[in-house]
Amino acid sequence: MKEIRLHGRGGQGVVKASQIIVRAAVVGGGNGQFIPFFGVERKGSPVFGYLRLSDTEIRRKTQIYEPDMLIIMDDSLVSLPQTYDGLKPGGVILINSTKTLPELAIPDQAGLVAEVDASGISEDIFGRNLPNTAVLGAFAKIVDLVDREILFDEINKAFGEKNVVAARRAFDQVVILRGEL
Amino acid sequence: MGTLKVITGNYAAAEAAAKCRLDLIAAYPITPQSSVVEHLAELVYNGEIDTDMVQVESEHTAMSVVQGGAVAGGRVFTATSAQGLALMYEPYFRMSTLRLPMVMAIATREMTSPETIWSGQQDAVSVREAGWIQMFCDDNQEIADMIVQGYMISEDPEICIPVNVCYDGFYSSHLTSGVIIPDQEEVDKVLPPHRLHHPPILDPDSPLALDPMTPGELLMHYRKSHLEAMQRAQDVIDDVDRRFAQVFGRSYGGMIEEYRCEDADLVLITMGGSTGAGKDAVDAAREKGIAAGLIKIRFYRPFPAKRIAAALKGKKAFCVVDRSVSFGWNCGSMYVETLAALAAGQERYASFSAIGGLGGADISYRDMVAMIERLCQIQDQPGEYDTCWLMKD
Repeated sequence: MKEIRLHGRGGQGVVKASQIIVRAAVVGGGNGQFIPFFGVERKGSPVFGYLRLSDTEIRRKTQIYEPDMLIIMDDSLVSLPQTYDGLKPGGVILINSTKTLPELAIPDQAGLVAEVDASGISEDIFGRNLPNTAVLGAFAKIVDLVDREILFDEINKAFGEKNVVAARRAFDQVVILRGEL
Repeated sequence: MGTLKVITGNYAAAEAAAKCRLDLIAAYPITPQSSVVEHLAELVYNGEIDTDMVQVESEHTAMSVVQGGAVAGGRVFTATSAQGLALMYEPYFRMSTLRLPMVMAIATREMTSPETIWSGQQDAVSVREAGWIQMFCDDNQEIADMIVQGYMISEDPEICIPVNVCYDGFYSSHLTSGVIIPDQEEVDKVLPPHRLHHPPILDPDSPLALDPMTPGELLMHYRKSHLEAMQRAQDVIDDVDRRFAQVFGRSYGGMIEEYRCEDADLVLITMGGSTGAGKDAVDAAREKGIAAGLIKIRFYRPFPAKRIAAALKGKKAFCVVDRSVSFGWNCGSMYVETLAALAAGQERYASFSAIGGLGGADISYRDMVAMIERLCQIQDQPGEYDTCWLMKD
């Protein structure tokens, strides 16, 4: 079982993106589970998400304290202590950002660290900061947890072709800051 | 065969309810239940189900409207949480004591105050003495399946008691996973068209007075009959589980589920969504050679006293994990009731109450591991131990 914790802000599509990953996992014959954790439900407030993917049945329905991977939708959240908290040694970080490693204050235990300018891509394609589908494209590039084409197909079903364009562009534009693919 | 969908617990409840050929839904939104009735409203609006939907101005009215529908012979549904359930309490009590069948989903939530909208089972557990059958689900598949089973149990002519299908707010209501939604023909096999078993039915063409002022001697006959029906329900619940399994291939164990209990010395007792983490902790303990097991209380009303006593027979120690408190005892109510279930027996146990998951707090896998470790320590000294609060600091 792989445990992924997502950090974003209300309105960035953390929930929808995670549901698409779960859908891709289930359609691909595996198991997926996603639990969102809201503070107050309004735009801009921090949102957490707990995402699990597994070949076997996922039984626990709990928060994630020691994630295998972090997906950070908003790089202003790295200043919050809970964002990097508990990342497993060698854990993967995917962040929507254009900042440098020192600026992101990446913790020492991180393995692969990848960034993608998902906000820039979405501004370019939609004229708005809707980074979630671009982040999904980057997710497909850096980890092999769900079938890539099924994921893009589910993005298409949920949000339409333009979002697949955003995802594919992010797939090509991921920057590896630390580690190797 | 059903259709595999990737949906939340709330949608699983709504999709399953939509297969039950409902006549009437009355609804008022409240977090974390809202998307149950929102999705049903969508299905009604799209013409996917032939059901009357009444949007009302409060939960008190929601329950009152479906009560009228049930008296008129309709199959009815609603859903609520916490303060909504509290506001509904007056017609809620009347629904069960009129012995009208229905299913109501409760996405359980902590009770205010302090102000909270998050998870906990205090809302449903606090109304356990209001005459309803109450069952608690673990995963999304169980939520969908229990909505259907809820009507099978509730409408059984030997029972005629409304059913709450409860599941943890957010941790289950907002959890997305794969769920098999049964086909209409499959549901029709286990759930025939609804017929009221108490004619005459409320009908404007032949008016009748319902529920007149009732003297105590007669009222006590009604209460006695209600309690007897609750006891009969235990067999019906186990039987419905078997009949459901014959059609759908999924069995939950009826009143309780026993997990790796046969040769266990130490037992965790859970109810609702914390069960999954408990099972994972049991498996981890087993790998270390610790004989742990788990009992999932599926129905809190009627209370599965006999089955719990039988399942615990020969065990050394148990811990009951409550997601609510009993204000009159320094522990959780499920622990009190478990002790009551064991009082008639000669067995002596080491036991304690654990309280966690209030107000949206997590009951983590590590909490469950820690509970098993404590059971290991006390297993050879029978007695009741201090309540354990599952708090991070």
